[in-house]
Amino acid sequence: MTMSNYQRRTKDQLAARVAQDIFDGAVVNLGIGQPTLVANHLPAGREVILHSENGILGMGPAPAAGQEDYDLINAGKQPVTLLPGGAYFHHADSFAMMRGGHLDICVLGAFQVSATGDLANWSTGEEGAIPAVGGAMDLAIGARQTWVMMDLLTKKGESKIVAQCTYPLTGIGCVKRVYSDLATIECTPAGLKLIDKVEGLAHAELEKLVGLPIAA
Amino acid sequence: MINKIARSVADAMSGIPDGATVLIGGFGTAGIPNELIDGLIEQGAKGLTVVNNNAGNGDTGLAALLKAGRVRKIICSFPRQADSYVFDELYRSGKLELELVPQGNLAERIRAAGAGVGAFFCPTGYGTQLAGERETRIIEGKQYVLEYPIRGDVALIKAEQGDRWGNLTYRKAARNFGPVMAMASERTIATVHEIVELGEMDPETIVTPGIFVSNIVKIDRVATQAGGFKKAA
Repeated sequence: MTMSNYQRRTKDQLAARVAQDIFDGAVVNLGIGQPTLVANHLPAGREVILHSENGILGMGPAPAAGQEDYDLINAGKQPVTLLPGGAYFHHADSFAMMRGGHLDICVLGAFQVSATGDLANWSTGEEGAIPAVGGAMDLAIGARQTWVMMDLLTKKGESKIVAQCTYPLTGIGCVKRVYSDLATIECTPAGLKLIDKVEGLAHAELEKLVGLPIAA
Repeated sequence: MINKIARSVADAMSGIPDGATVLIGGFGTAGIPNELIDGLIEQGAKGLTVVNNNAGNGDTGLAALLKAGRVRKIICSFPRQADSYVFDELYRSGKLELELVPQGNLAERIRAAGAGVGAFFCPTGYGTQLAGERETRIIEGKQYVLEYPIRGDVALIKAEQGDRWGNLTYRKAARNFGPVMAMASERTIATVHEIVELGEMDPETIVTPGIFVSNIVKIDRVATQAGGFKKAA
């Protein structure tokens, strides 16, 4: 392996990088897990409305200890709060907000993303594993923009951006951008396009890690 | 006189037949009609098809119904959780059939049943395993899969306030599947924490009009404040 002088974005740096691209006034759904960190990094002065698929718009941060209300939880089933202006609605309306094109951005985790934006994030297809999909498929194809937030490489060093997903698909051609610990990359019908990368990582080296051409 | 107020859970649950399709509301700790699920276990109907977002947690509620061997099939979006061991065991041993449905399709298929829609084309799941062999169509350049309604014989839901006509309001995110499940079933039984006189509920804020509700049962708030379990996976 070539010795390179670059550092991976930490989880918080990655969350801050995603947050930087969320525009003022956006309605956003942050997926369970790492994407929820994005809420902590929204730049001051930007008003963003968070959607939770279990029927909340205007979701606020976790309540103080002792103030939990188990009728007010997020999609990850953790207690949350409601901001002034927030609203509750039923499940069919909540998913109509996605499918109907009313949700500006969703940020999801992924196992694999293809160069043209196919997403695999609900199942590794492992024999005997119990499948569970939740709202992943609805979000992936429903939001106006679906962004993925993930490490670029697996623990074994294989690229999670691939020519074609080998894991079961969540949606076809639905991912617009991948925000990773090493680079921010756009998925287009013509393939990958670089948005930015960490300092000290050469373009050729990034392409080698991914194993696919990335337009500059 | 119309009076949908049932004297007890047992009264409300009477007559649910073996083999019924039962829609059960709730998401995480919010909106689970635990007392009605316990009532269904007591009542004894078996060979049930259950529709819920999840497949039970721990040993109580839906998990207890599964454990009692009353359920033949479950239709849900997210069965696998840290404490879904009752479901896991039954599923792995082939004693329980699973139909996995994306969460929004689950809600919309239930809504469709309530709205008298025969089937609808939905983009969610197109090109994935979960679209199965169902018909697909391209409409204005976009790909869709044909989805069929999910109709219930009975819906068990948890609401907040109700009156003798069956009008309901909900509390916060406990609303979730309640309104669509109430529409989609032959018979809908709702728990409420408060029963008020006709006219006391603000007609502008009634979420489920009584036309969709068969029976309401008052349940002490204290018993269900945390939804029966504090922490869900």
